[in-house]
Amino acid sequence: MAKFTAKPAELLKIDFKTPKTDWMDTPVEIREHMYCHPSKAKDLETVGFPNIHEWKPVDENWNLPENWKETVINGIKERLQKYRSFHVFMDICVRCGACADKCHFYLGTGDPKNMPVLRAELLRSVYRKYFTTGGKIFGKTAGARELTEDVLKEIWYYYYQCTECRRCSVFCPYGIDQAEITMIGRELTNLLGLQLGWIAGPVANCYMKGNHLGLEPHTIKSNIEFMLDDIETLTGIRINPTFNRKGAEILFVTPSGDLFGVPGVYTAMGYLMLFHELGLDYTWSTYASEGGNFGFFTSNEMAKRLNSKIYAEAKRLGVKWILGGECGHMWRVLHQYMDTWNGPADFLEVPKSPITGTVFDNAKSTKMTHISEFTADLIRHGKLKLDPGRNDHLKVTFHDSCNTSRGMGMFEEPRYVIKNVCNHFYEMPENTIREKTFCCGSGTGLNASENMELRMRGGFPRANAVRYVHEQHGVNMLANICAIDRATLSASMDYWVPGVGVAGISELVANALVMKGEKERTQDLRLEPLPQKSGEKEGAENV
Amino acid sequence: MKILFPFVAVIALVLLAMVGVSGGSLHFLFGVIIPYAAVFIFIIGVIYRVLKWAKSPVPFCITTTCGQQKSLPWIKQNKLENPSSTLHVVGRMAMEVFLFRSLFRNLKGEMKDSSRLVYGSDKWLWLAGIAFHYSFLIVLLRHIRLFAEPTPFFLHLLETFDGFLQIGVPRFFMTGVVLLSAVTFLFLRRIYIPQVRYISLSADYFPLFLIIGIATTGMLMRYFLKTDIVGVKELAMGLVSFNPVIPKGLGVIFYIHLLFVSTLFAYFPFSKLVHMGGVFLSPTRNLLGNSREFRHVNPWNYPVKVHTYEEYEEDFRDKMKMAEIPVEKE
Repeated sequence: MAKFTAKPAELLKIDFKTPKTDWMDTPVEIREHMYCHPSKAKDLETVGFPNIHEWKPVDENWNLPENWKETVINGIKERLQKYRSFHVFMDICVRCGACADKCHFYLGTGDPKNMPVLRAELLRSVYRKYFTTGGKIFGKTAGARELTEDVLKEIWYYYYQCTECRRCSVFCPYGIDQAEITMIGRELTNLLGLQLGWIAGPVANCYMKGNHLGLEPHTIKSNIEFMLDDIETLTGIRINPTFNRKGAEILFVTPSGDLFGVPGVYTAMGYLMLFHELGLDYTWSTYASEGGNFGFFTSNEMAKRLNSKIYAEAKRLGVKWILGGECGHMWRVLHQYMDTWNGPADFLEVPKSPITGTVFDNAKSTKMTHISEFTADLIRHGKLKLDPGRNDHLKVTFHDSCNTSRGMGMFEEPRYVIKNVCNHFYEMPENTIREKTFCCGSGTGLNASENMELRMRGGFPRANAVRYVHEQHGVNMLANICAIDRATLSASMDYWVPGVGVAGISELVANALVMKGEKERTQDLRLEPLPQKSGEKEGAENV
Repeated sequence: MKILFPFVAVIALVLLAMVGVSGGSLHFLFGVIIPYAAVFIFIIGVIYRVLKWAKSPVPFCITTTCGQQKSLPWIKQNKLENPSSTLHVVGRMAMEVFLFRSLFRNLKGEMKDSSRLVYGSDKWLWLAGIAFHYSFLIVLLRHIRLFAEPTPFFLHLLETFDGFLQIGVPRFFMTGVVLLSAVTFLFLRRIYIPQVRYISLSADYFPLFLIIGIATTGMLMRYFLKTDIVGVKELAMGLVSFNPVIPKGLGVIFYIHLLFVSTLFAYFPFSKLVHMGGVFLSPTRNLLGNSREFRHVNPWNYPVKVHTYEEYEEDFRDKMKMAEIPVEKE
C-alpha cells in the first residue's frame, strides 16, 4: 500500500453530490487508505473467534466459509430476538434524513453510504428480504435485497467507517442509534472471521496480558518508573506507587494507552502526582491493566470477557472501590455495561472519597468513579493547592469524548476541573460540543495507520471546530478525557490545525498542583519551560 | 420508479373504487367489508408488531444521554435529557412524542469555500412534522362526529378552534389545509433534497400519496362536491354498531376516500408508519441514565470464558517476582 500523502486541501474537495445510480445498484468500491488490514490468525485463535481464514479486503474472493450466508441470516435472527433496540431500529426508520449531515464520516467524505440512515439501510435491506412479509413479496420495491457477497463487502466496508459515536442518535426523532446497529453488524462480520488486525491484536493482548498494548507486568512497572524519574526531576519528589497490592482501599484502572507514548504518559504522570499528594491508599493492577475494551468493537461476549478482569481483580485484592482514569469508550462500557455483565459487585463498598468524605451515590451499584468526578469534588472542597498560572502558556479548549457525552452525560465535571487549573479556557462552537460533540474520527478500533485518509476525513469536523477557536482565541491545547483522543487527535491536529497540542485533563491538573515539599518548578510535565512568573497571579477562576 | 410505482398504486385505488362502485355496484364491499377488514388488520397488526418488539428484551441500559448526568450534588443535572427517575423519563418521552424534541435539535451542516464546516439551525422538518401530525390528529378526531350520537362535547370545542376563521358554509377548517400543505412539503422535500431523494424508497412515497389523496378527497367532499353528510353518518353509525347499512346517494368520491383510508389502515402495521408505536419502545429514549446507580439486568446474560488471574500469574510469575510485584504462589 502506498503511503498516504494527500494534502488537507485535496481532502476538502468533498463531493456531496449523490451518484446517478440508485444506492442498491452502486457497487461498493473498497478504497486504499479507507480501511484497515485484516487480523492475524493467531490473534483470533487466542480468543477463539470463529471462521479464521486468509482474506484481503481488496481481493475479489474473501474465502468465506461455505455456509456464510446462513451464518449471517441466523446471526441476524438471533440478535433480533436478543436486542429490542436492533429489532425496533430495523422497523421504524422513516428515512427523514435528519441524521445525514450529523455524521462526521459523511461530512468528511460526502459518500452517501456514510449517512447513518443509509449505513443502516445496508443491513435493513437484508433484514427486510429475510424477515418481513413485504420484503419477501415485493423485493426491491419494498427496499429489500438479497444477501450477496457484494452486499456483505459493502456492510463490512461501511460498518468499519462508523465509530459508534452516537451523534446521529441525538438527532433522530425516534432515537435510532446507529452505534447499536453497527455493533450488531460488526458482530456479524466477526462471525465470519472478517476482523480487523488493529482490533483483534489489542483484544488478544488484553485477554492474555491484561491490556491492549500487551505490556507485561514488569514492563508496566518499568514504564511507570520512567515517569517517576521525570516527576522527580520536575518536583524533587520521589513517588512510590504500588502494584497488585492487597488491602489497598482503591483499585485504579486506566487505559493502557496512558502508560505508553506521548501525550498519554503525561496524563498518567498527572494521576501519579495527584494520588501521591493526596496520600491515597490505592494500587495499580497489572492484571486489570486496561480500562478500555476493544472487545466492545467485536462482540458483546468478547467485551464481557475482557471487562470481567476489573471486578475479579477488585475482589482478589480486597479493595473497597474502584477509581477509573480518563477514557471514552471505557466509560461507556463501565457506565452502561459492566454492572450488567459482571455485577453485582456486592463485595465492594459505595465509593467514598477518603479526602472529602463525599459518597458517590451515582456509582452506588457499579462502585466505580470517574477521575474527573473525583477531582472536581476535591477542588470543590478546596483540598488541592493549585497554581493555574503554571498553565498560562496554554490556551485550552475541551473536546467532549463521544462516549462520556452521549453514553454517560459527563459535561460539567471536566469543565469545572479545567477552569480551576487553567486561566485561559475557550469553548468550541456550541453545535460541536457536549451532546453534539464530534468524534475524533478514529474511535472503535479505527485508529490504525493504513486507514489514515478515513481518519483524517472523519476527524475533520472536530478539527474544523478546533481551528475556529485556534484562529479566534489562539487556542493551542485541546484537552480531553480519552486515551484514544490523546493518540488520534494528535495526528488530526498535526494534519488540520498544526500548532495545537493534545492533553489529558489530569496532566493540566498536575501542572497546576502545588505539592508539599516540591522544589520550585521550572518546567511543565512535558519538560518544557513554565511561563515566566510576573508578580501576583490570578487565583483559580471560581465557577 | 420509486416515485412512479406508489403513484400508480394510488391511482389504481381510485380506479378500483370507481369501477367497483359505479360499474359493479359493489357498495357493500367498499362501504362495509373493506373498511371492517382494514380496521381488523390495523388492530391485530399493530398489536402483533408491538408484542413482537416487546418480546425482544432490553439487555443493556443504552440511554442516549443528551444532558448533564446526576453526579455531585452541586452540579445541576439535566433531568429531561439525562433522566434518573421514572418521572424524568415520562417527561423526556412526552417531549419526544408531543413536541418532537430530538427533531427540534436539527442542524444543517454545510461546507463553505471548500474549507470550513458551518452549522445552522434547521427547523423546517420539525415544523412540517408537527404541522402534519397534529393536523392529521385533529382531522381524525373531527371524524368522531360521524361515529357518535350525540356529538361528544370536546368536538364542539375542537371545531370552534379549528374553524375560528369563521369563513364560509360549511365552516372552513384550517387543519385540512394545514395537513395537505404539510404533507405536500414533506413530499417536495423528499424529491428536492438530493440526499433525501437518494435514501427514499417506494415505501416512503406511498403513504405520502395516500395521505395527499385522503386530504384532497376529504376537502373536495366537504367544500365542493357537498357529499350527503347524513348518508355518510348513517353508514358510519351502522359500521360502529355492527349493523351495517348502505345508504343511497353516496357519491363515488366518498368511496374513493374510504378506500384510501382503509388502505392506510391496513398498510400501517407493515410499514414504517409503525414508528408511532416504536418510538415508545426506543431504548435510547425510554431508559434511565443512572446505570451506575442501579444495576440493569440482562435476562440472557450467560457465563463466558475468561482468562483468570491464576492463569495470568502462571504466565508471568517469574517476571513479576523479578519486578517485585506481589504474587499469590511463590
